[in-house]
Amino acid sequence: MIANNNSSLKPHAFKKAMIALFENKHDQIPGNSSDIIDKLRQIAFEHFKQLELPSKTMESWRFTNPEPLFRDDYIIDFESKFQKIDVSKIFTCDVYDLDTYCVTLINGWFAYKNSPLSCLKDGTIIGSLYKAMEIYPDIIEKYLGSVAKISEQSLISLNTVFMQDGLFIYVPDNVKVEKPVQVINIVDSDKPVFLQPRNLIIAGKNSKLTLVHCDHSLTHNISFTNTVSEVILHKNAFIDHYKVQNKGRNSALVTSMFFRQEQNSTLNNNVMTLNGGLTRNQVDLSIKGENCTAELNGLYLMDKYQHIDNSVFADHAAPNSRSNQLYKGILDDQASGVFSGKVLVRRGSQNTMAFQNNKNILLTDEAKINTQPFLEIYADDVKCSHGATVGQLDPNAMFYMRSRGICERTARQLLMYAFASEVVKKISIEPLKDNINKLVEKRLKGELSICDQCILNCSSKEPRFVQNILD
Amino acid sequence: MLSIKNLKVSIEDKLILKGLNLEVKEGEIHAIMGPNGTGKSTLAWVIAGRNDFTVEQGEVTYMGKNLLDIPPEARSKEGIFLGFQYPVEIPGVSMTNFMRTAINEKRKHLDLKPLSGAEFLKLMEEKKKLVKIQSKLTDRSVNEGFSGGEKKKNEIFQMALLEPKLAILDETDSGLDIDALKVVANGVNMLRRKDNATIIITHYQRLLDYIIPDFVHVLFDGMIVKSGGKELAFELEEKGYEWIKNKSE
Repeated sequence: MIANNNSSLKPHAFKKAMIALFENKHDQIPGNSSDIIDKLRQIAFEHFKQLELPSKTMESWRFTNPEPLFRDDYIIDFESKFQKIDVSKIFTCDVYDLDTYCVTLINGWFAYKNSPLSCLKDGTIIGSLYKAMEIYPDIIEKYLGSVAKISEQSLISLNTVFMQDGLFIYVPDNVKVEKPVQVINIVDSDKPVFLQPRNLIIAGKNSKLTLVHCDHSLTHNISFTNTVSEVILHKNAFIDHYKVQNKGRNSALVTSMFFRQEQNSTLNNNVMTLNGGLTRNQVDLSIKGENCTAELNGLYLMDKYQHIDNSVFADHAAPNSRSNQLYKGILDDQASGVFSGKVLVRRGSQNTMAFQNNKNILLTDEAKINTQPFLEIYADDVKCSHGATVGQLDPNAMFYMRSRGICERTARQLLMYAFASEVVKKISIEPLKDNINKLVEKRLKGELSICDQCILNCSSKEPRFVQNILD
Repeated sequence: MLSIKNLKVSIEDKLILKGLNLEVKEGEIHAIMGPNGTGKSTLAWVIAGRNDFTVEQGEVTYMGKNLLDIPPEARSKEGIFLGFQYPVEIPGVSMTNFMRTAINEKRKHLDLKPLSGAEFLKLMEEKKKLVKIQSKLTDRSVNEGFSGGEKKKNEIFQMALLEPKLAILDETDSGLDIDALKVVANGVNMLRRKDNATIIITHYQRLLDYIIPDFVHVLFDGMIVKSGGKELAFELEEKGYEWIKNKSE
């Protein structure tokens, strides 16, 4: 069982506690000065009351036990504690040397040196969602809650009920944001925390944006982060979106990313999971216009008792579009994984091309993967395929390498690295690709741990927090 | 250098090698010929160290050591090289990374400093020239997208880099056009030294127009049924394997 048995709650008890929290603390939640937000929270609250929290009896959570997520001892901060701090003093990101607009969220709150919201020369707005609620109510009203499925999933409605802060990006029409925007989510707490960041990204017509989203934890303490991102791509917009995660084994991170694509837009979405206790990545793509392209890639490298759940859904509601899912994973030790990929081609969405591929390597007999590719097609002129493989390293390649004098261990690493590189090489920003390559290489040699980026250098042993998630 | 005595090997309970004897000394080139399915590749794999078969009986000694106890990577470091009949494609592993890793593991074994990236690239260019290979190898994955000829030439190139004491070339000539065949033959001849040896496994006499073997052996039904000088290859070419089959029945 988890580190502190007494603290875990049944889903219904957790739900009750959340309902009570909202009813009692409603007035204290920031952002309520705005009627729009308040209305959205109330709607979400009504949905939350109707919806069930995730449990293993639900099809979508069959292979991931969410119960360890629900605890009675979480600290939930309604007031930001980190508004004006110099982030570089507590955390330096050595992952990327590329030039970015870098912003940081600490425990779900936007951290800034000068201003919580900056407007670039070209009109692009980058900053705190909390602040944006105040300054740009029109944009917020138009987009916030417009893509996320608030009425369908309890964790999405829960996030909407309590959302406070997160990343806000608005790229005006015809603007190509030169530098990538990098957002670093840091969890730093000595007590168990429950965080619900909310991100809203809007790419105007003919705009271009590269967004790198990194999740880190600074301590080995228990945390549950329930992130919801809404990303809107208008006509001809191009978004390169990366999510990189290297978190402690006591952290649970459920990230739900909702994308809406209008005509001729292009989305590259790459989800890289290197470390984490319990990780669930939900990618929900809704293609609303013709001639869209979406590359949905994922890589997961898990070991020990880590658990990864990737759930990808591509909804084609317009003709002549293309989506391609490629998820690859290597699972070592007792690690476990889930891939559920779904493609829905709605009536009238002719000439859809939708592909899905999930490939896995299991390095031990105890490592597990449950993979479920799924196609649902209501149009007759489409090209769709799905495939899943689970295997070991190619014995012929192993022998070939060993016959050249390469020892077994190195040969294995080279092959694993090669397996992963199919996903890594799809990264279009060279410095980012190089860095991810290095990270993957380090990870596969067993050299990358959460402590790599951790300035605390504590000597804590990695506890087996997530062991029972598999039970 | 290599001594094989009464070697019996089976794969999934089927006896493939049925008491094979072979002696290879430094400076020699041996050609092993024979029809398909007689155990030629199995012999190559036993020497290189594949483990998906069972040695039922016999011994294989190399430089005085029992070869069968040694893992394949150690055999390579001791100077054994197998040129594969079907070189394996390894998508995602670059040729440079692959061979530099191999060279540096060998150098480590010999207590030499590892080669830097630049030093290795220089060595690669030298060896490419030596064996007259024009293919671009850097930035490409191991054998991925290589034509049949390129794959075989790549085996010779790897051999040039690793400078083996004992090279076994398993059907390296099969499927090659005459130009590629010359490149392969030239490589073997260029790399020939007084203190190394080569075993050429081939189906046809064609390659032996360019590489002159000291000995020719005919492998049939898991045993070497006939040995001789280079004339034996011509005789085989002329009379065909039926001649051997009939003789041995």
